[in-house]
Amino acid sequence: MKKSMTGAKMVVQALKDQGVEVVFGYPGGAVLPIYDEIFQQNEIRHILVRHEQAAVHAAEGYARSTGKVGVALVTSGPGATNAVTGLTDALMDSIPIIVLSGQVPTFMIGNDAFQEADTVGITRPCTKHNWLVKETDRLSGIIHEAFHVALSGRPGPVLVDIPKDVQFASGTYMPKEKARTAHYQPRVKGDIEMITDLAKAMAKAERPILYTGGGVINSGPRATELLRELAALTGFPVTSTLMGLGAYPASGKQWLGMLGMHGLYEANMAMHGCDLMINVGARFDDRITGRVQDFSPHSQKAHIDIDPSSINKVIHVDMPIIGDVAHVLEDLLTVWKAQGSKTNAEGLSKWWKKIDEWRAVDCLKFEQTGKIIKPQHAIARLEALTKDRDRYICTEVGQHQMWAAQYMGFEAPNRWMTSGGLGTMGYGHPASIGVQMAHPDALVINVAGEASWLMNMQELGTAIQYHLPVKQFILNNERLGMVRQWQELLHGERYSQSWSEALPDFVKLAEAFGAKGIQCADPADLDDAIMEMLNHDGPVVFDCLVEKHENCFPMIPSGEPHNKMLLGAASTKDAIGAKGAVMV
Amino acid sequence: MSPLKIKKGTSKHSAYDLRDPNSDVVESHTLAVVVDNEAGVLARVIGLFSGRGYNIESLTVAEIDHLGHRSRITVVTRGTPSVIEQIKAQLGRIVPVHEVHDLTAEGASVERELALFKVAGIGEKRVEALRLADIFRANVVDSTLESFVFEITGTPEKVDAFADLMRPLGLKEVARTGVAALARGTA
Repeated sequence: MKKSMTGAKMVVQALKDQGVEVVFGYPGGAVLPIYDEIFQQNEIRHILVRHEQAAVHAAEGYARSTGKVGVALVTSGPGATNAVTGLTDALMDSIPIIVLSGQVPTFMIGNDAFQEADTVGITRPCTKHNWLVKETDRLSGIIHEAFHVALSGRPGPVLVDIPKDVQFASGTYMPKEKARTAHYQPRVKGDIEMITDLAKAMAKAERPILYTGGGVINSGPRATELLRELAALTGFPVTSTLMGLGAYPASGKQWLGMLGMHGLYEANMAMHGCDLMINVGARFDDRITGRVQDFSPHSQKAHIDIDPSSINKVIHVDMPIIGDVAHVLEDLLTVWKAQGSKTNAEGLSKWWKKIDEWRAVDCLKFEQTGKIIKPQHAIARLEALTKDRDRYICTEVGQHQMWAAQYMGFEAPNRWMTSGGLGTMGYGHPASIGVQMAHPDALVINVAGEASWLMNMQELGTAIQYHLPVKQFILNNERLGMVRQWQELLHGERYSQSWSEALPDFVKLAEAFGAKGIQCADPADLDDAIMEMLNHDGPVVFDCLVEKHENCFPMIPSGEPHNKMLLGAASTKDAIGAKGAVMV
Repeated sequence: MSPLKIKKGTSKHSAYDLRDPNSDVVESHTLAVVVDNEAGVLARVIGLFSGRGYNIESLTVAEIDHLGHRSRITVVTRGTPSVIEQIKAQLGRIVPVHEVHDLTAEGASVERELALFKVAGIGEKRVEALRLADIFRANVVDSTLESFVFEITGTPEKVDAFADLMRPLGLKEVARTGVAALARGTA
């Protein structure tokens, strides 16, 4: 039996049929019919954010921490343009979200109507795909298709632009099962010959490394299990990109820590010195490779990626395997076991000896002395006091983000939400709201810098309204720390516009919203203050006053290879040449 | 270096890539892209080229299957082998793109372009223009006492050559369709 209903009702029905529980949004003229339908039902919760950018980041946080599609609903014109940063963020980090935007009525499109913007035009390069729906009959089918596209293959953001007359008009509802999906079915199984080649290379390798990325997490829990099985079976060392933290447990004995620009010494040295690199769901990002010409010069490289365009884009690889991480690892393990393969024990034990020498450098060591809190110490204490809890960590972007990645340990996937590819300041606060919505009883902390946090601080209102006890842990150095660090190293210590003047009193700010504010400036008080934050049942803004001029190390200077890391302040003089200064 | 080892037709990647992937020699490739004939699909394809800094030397697009809602976009592009491979892979990622064929790499193909030339002149020049048009098998599709419009079909090189000859004879205006191309044989 065909069901006829209005477009607005279809939207809500389609979301229900897709199992959506939460929508993050902000109403406006062009989405009023949809909001009217939301008003008349109780199955889907709507979370009213304070800015559309935050709706999209919250949807991202929800998606990342659950593996499900996050949903945002915005109005036309400014609602849609405010969503652009979040869409681009989700595209860069391959996060499945769907943004539903209102549009002026079809008969007014192109007339510069009030709150009109060419939303599909503007968002075309920052979505995986987008649709302008011109007929109500097609609306529900397109929404179902949009969910399919967002989750299939390499996940990503999609947008459905819905003119107001399409929302008012009635049409036939197409159920989820009948929606068009056959045209978009990216392959998930890897080439078995190439997988067999990789298994052979693994048996021979003397200095192997598993270089894992966000693809492991996006592939789902099975991929994480298989990666851990593979690591256990082979004894290979494991490192991960910023995106992939948690796939292999930080407490695992083969864990080398994060790699890349601010990665650990042992991880980067192992990448540089390996003879077999197995890239599992990572994309040779420029934060990872450093100088491409000198990237891991003596290794055979295998690359498992679901997106063919990631293969040979930056680094030419010897064993490209196009497929989903879980499917490929499953086949790899089958081949490995079926052939009774054994690793090169002698080579591997020498390799581990070498790695242990690098580990002994203890590149993250720091000393907390004096009366000022070191940012590393603040993160280390936060880690110590929260690691045994059911915990989710978000971050903003900058030094604090790198310190969190270095000093916090992640034992499971989907526990770490950070803006990697786009590097969006203002991401973490709304993302923490999305995460807390998905996991109401968990501890959700946003590790922030004061400058990043101010970019979306208005979301404190959202946290208060919905009783979301998110903890905003702000490392306040009154500086744009990472910018300041680069100015120190690259621009003759001319600190152009990189300090935060006229900062608010964060405690009063929190209180003005109805949240709890805590300030801590003394290392001796830090643990008590953190415990006070954790014990408070409600949102907290934690203003942690830290050392103002601390730099983030280790660091691969831009334009340099992995083995030219800077380990601390002493090694920074003239470390970056003119060529490196051009890179970001 | 190993190629991607994907059988022809099973992927949007070319399997027969025996060129040096690290070569910095710039090549011209003709790509045939079969897409859903839906609003914005051409913008997606050309937006990919401009957004990622690829070249478009020629572009033609038209619906080829009305019932199946399919259009065929023929793009002539230039780049090093690795850039060409990236272009194909990036095209393959676009949701309404169904097939990407590298006609230059996948074996022999035929390429044709149609062009219209308006040539104005009188006396000896006019006669010469008509004589050359005959040699090039161009048709006269419009004529006044002082001008011709020639229609010519052929490879881009042939059209270029004809343009070179018409220039001193009073060439006023040119319209070219861009290249349409098909693989030879039954494949």
